[in-house]
Amino acid sequence: QLEEEKDEDSFDMEVAVTNPEKIGKEYFFLTIFELMNRTFSVWRRFSDFLGLYEKLSVKHSLNGCIIPPPPEKSVVGMTKVKVGKDDSSSADFVERRRAALERYLQRVVCHPSLLQDPDVREFLERDELPRAVGTHTLSGAGFLKMINRASDAVSKMTIKISDSDAWFDNKLQEVESEELQLRKLHAVVDSLVNHRKELCGNTAVFAKSMAMLGNSEDNTALSRALSQLAEVEDKMETLHQEQAASDFFILAELLADYIRLLGAVRGCFEQRMKTWQRWQEAQSTLQKKREVEAKLLWANKPDKLQQAKEEITEWEGKVTQYERDFDRISVTVRKEFLRFEKQKSKDFKSQIVKYLESLLQSQQRHVKFWEAFLPEAKAIA
Amino acid sequence: KLCKQYFPVDILSKILSINVDLQTDATLQVDISDALSERDKVKFTVHTKSTLPNFKQNEFSVVRQHEEFIWLHDSFVENEEYAGYIIPPAPPRPDFDASREKLQKLGEGEGSMTKEEFTKMKQELEAEYLAIFKKTVAMHEVFLCRVAAHPVLRKDMNFHVFLEYNQDLSVRGKNKREKMEDFFKNVVKSADGVLVAGVKDVDDFFEHEKTFLLEYHNRVKDASSKSDRMIRSHKNAADDINRIASTLYTLGTQDSTDVCKFFLKVSELFEKTRKIEARVAADEDLKLADLLKYYLRESQAAKDLLYRRGRALVDYENANKALDKARAKNKDVLQAETSQQVCCQKFEKISESAKQELIDFKTRRVAAFRKNLVELAELELKHAKGNLQLLQSCVGVLKGDT
Repeated sequence: QLEEEKDEDSFDMEVAVTNPEKIGKEYFFLTIFELMNRTFSVWRRFSDFLGLYEKLSVKHSLNGCIIPPPPEKSVVGMTKVKVGKDDSSSADFVERRRAALERYLQRVVCHPSLLQDPDVREFLERDELPRAVGTHTLSGAGFLKMINRASDAVSKMTIKISDSDAWFDNKLQEVESEELQLRKLHAVVDSLVNHRKELCGNTAVFAKSMAMLGNSEDNTALSRALSQLAEVEDKMETLHQEQAASDFFILAELLADYIRLLGAVRGCFEQRMKTWQRWQEAQSTLQKKREVEAKLLWANKPDKLQQAKEEITEWEGKVTQYERDFDRISVTVRKEFLRFEKQKSKDFKSQIVKYLESLLQSQQRHVKFWEAFLPEAKAIA
Repeated sequence: KLCKQYFPVDILSKILSINVDLQTDATLQVDISDALSERDKVKFTVHTKSTLPNFKQNEFSVVRQHEEFIWLHDSFVENEEYAGYIIPPAPPRPDFDASREKLQKLGEGEGSMTKEEFTKMKQELEAEYLAIFKKTVAMHEVFLCRVAAHPVLRKDMNFHVFLEYNQDLSVRGKNKREKMEDFFKNVVKSADGVLVAGVKDVDDFFEHEKTFLLEYHNRVKDASSKSDRMIRSHKNAADDINRIASTLYTLGTQDSTDVCKFFLKVSELFEKTRKIEARVAADEDLKLADLLKYYLRESQAAKDLLYRRGRALVDYENANKALDKARAKNKDVLQAETSQQVCCQKFEKISESAKQELIDFKTRRVAAFRKNLVELAELELKHAKGNLQLLQSCVGVLKGDT
């Protein structure tokens, strides 16, 4: 078994995607990138990010690289932005997109091979990018659909290549099982976000109702206490709102990202299978050509024999080439997978701790609010 | 399937903290010592301790069902002698429908979930059922305690029969004709209510009370329904956290890597925090929602008292007019005088006791709110601190590991 690769000299590049600004009908984001004391900042559109993904996947997915999928397009969200709706939900949407683009870009620059890619450098450094075309069709979701269809076809052939392949088999199964659990988890977190938002709304309404009751109450001290209770509930509403935001931006988005990433990982494994298939098919073609040659020898047809010999040489070359390709992609996929696992572990730990810390802060304020209210309640006489 | 469940309910009155400052003197103490939940009814064991001479024994118990409580309540309402009192509101009907439905759905869906999930959910639904059950018993007990504490109502004949007669009282459910009569009675009452409410009272105290109660009742109603909705959202969120804990557990058991161990720790944390969240929702229900619901019913009973007084006033005024007419025509004067006297006495009697009742109502209300709001704040604090401690220790451990 291959041991975990030692940490390559990763510079821990940092990128930021900030300052969403609406110019015309679309938003531009300020993309800031720091390298060796030089800061590059350029304005990029959402479609620029998609264009980058397209270029990278065309070049690298065949090598077995795990290409980070870009954020999904959202028709509803985009329409609101274009129509110029300036409410909190479209502000939420822009923030969601900004954060997702930042995470996407962060993953790209953390990838040692991708960082070398000239398209990535151009994306980070060039002042103005030509508008990417054809990104309507090839969003992250579209690419994933292609992967899924391909993987259906491949998995229909049960393949047991060799002993070392057990590693790939196991890992693929783990990935599929994990993806399933993450989808489940994401659905529940989504439900939590919705219920918290509901709680938020219901608390606000209740607070108003309590305030009204306090106004009606003719015992002065009780009336005052009820108003104070209404204020506490108002503060609770704020807490719930912030909590729902944490639930969403920290937890739900993390899960959504990794569901897409696991899809990309599956894509790599499938790519390796395709490479193997191609090698196998070449071998069987070579075999057929050799049979043809043998028959021709027997039938004594010298001119056709020459052609047959040339074809054999051609296919021998291909077989060698494809075997080399397969070995190479196997190495890459293995390396990529281990790097991915490390990154995933880091990501989950840091994000979940961040989420727990947000819960912690919320509870601290909880305590403060109720501590302030208790003497008011005791003062009722 | 719900089989007979037998729950000892000795600390019930602590659950529903409505009966504040109710004198429990030796002459008459009432409580619900046991309760039995059958398929579609609840049987309450009403236990009485009394030194009053009209009871055959000093201590005795009978079994009563909800309909019998309603019969007793209605008998108070229909009794003209008690027109000047706030009749303690009848306890709400035991309603396990929602809980039963959930248990049934769970049973149907047993095949589609893991054994652990099923057991977990079953335990929770059973706990929910138990909570509803405890509440209904407490509500029935509070009603009886309020009656026993009332200086006049505690002497009521029907009440004594209710407490002592150890056979079924045979108060069958109202038949169709009676239900129709009830319906019309209520229509007349509300029309009356509007009429009476419109008449400005000479007495400042009652005028103020009328204005106050009308507004207060509506606002309590609003607050009650809004509090219910808020608490339900809270429960839903706690349920979600429960499922998150389960899924994280599954993820954590797939392997023994670093990140899997991490998931297991977080899963354990969420298991604990969601228990606290569920308790917060339950305590809010008990201290806030139930308080509001109770005062919704009590304020209605107080309004009913005002309507009765209002009607007595109208009767009195009509009797006055009739007397003037009789004097003018010099016909049936004695009859009119007698009738006017009766109305006057009735009105004054009601006014006198109503005033005291309304003052008592205020005192009770303030005390109950104080008790519950203080307890609510203390519980919220306790739970928030509990949550905080759990989170702090978990985050400390997780950060130390990485």
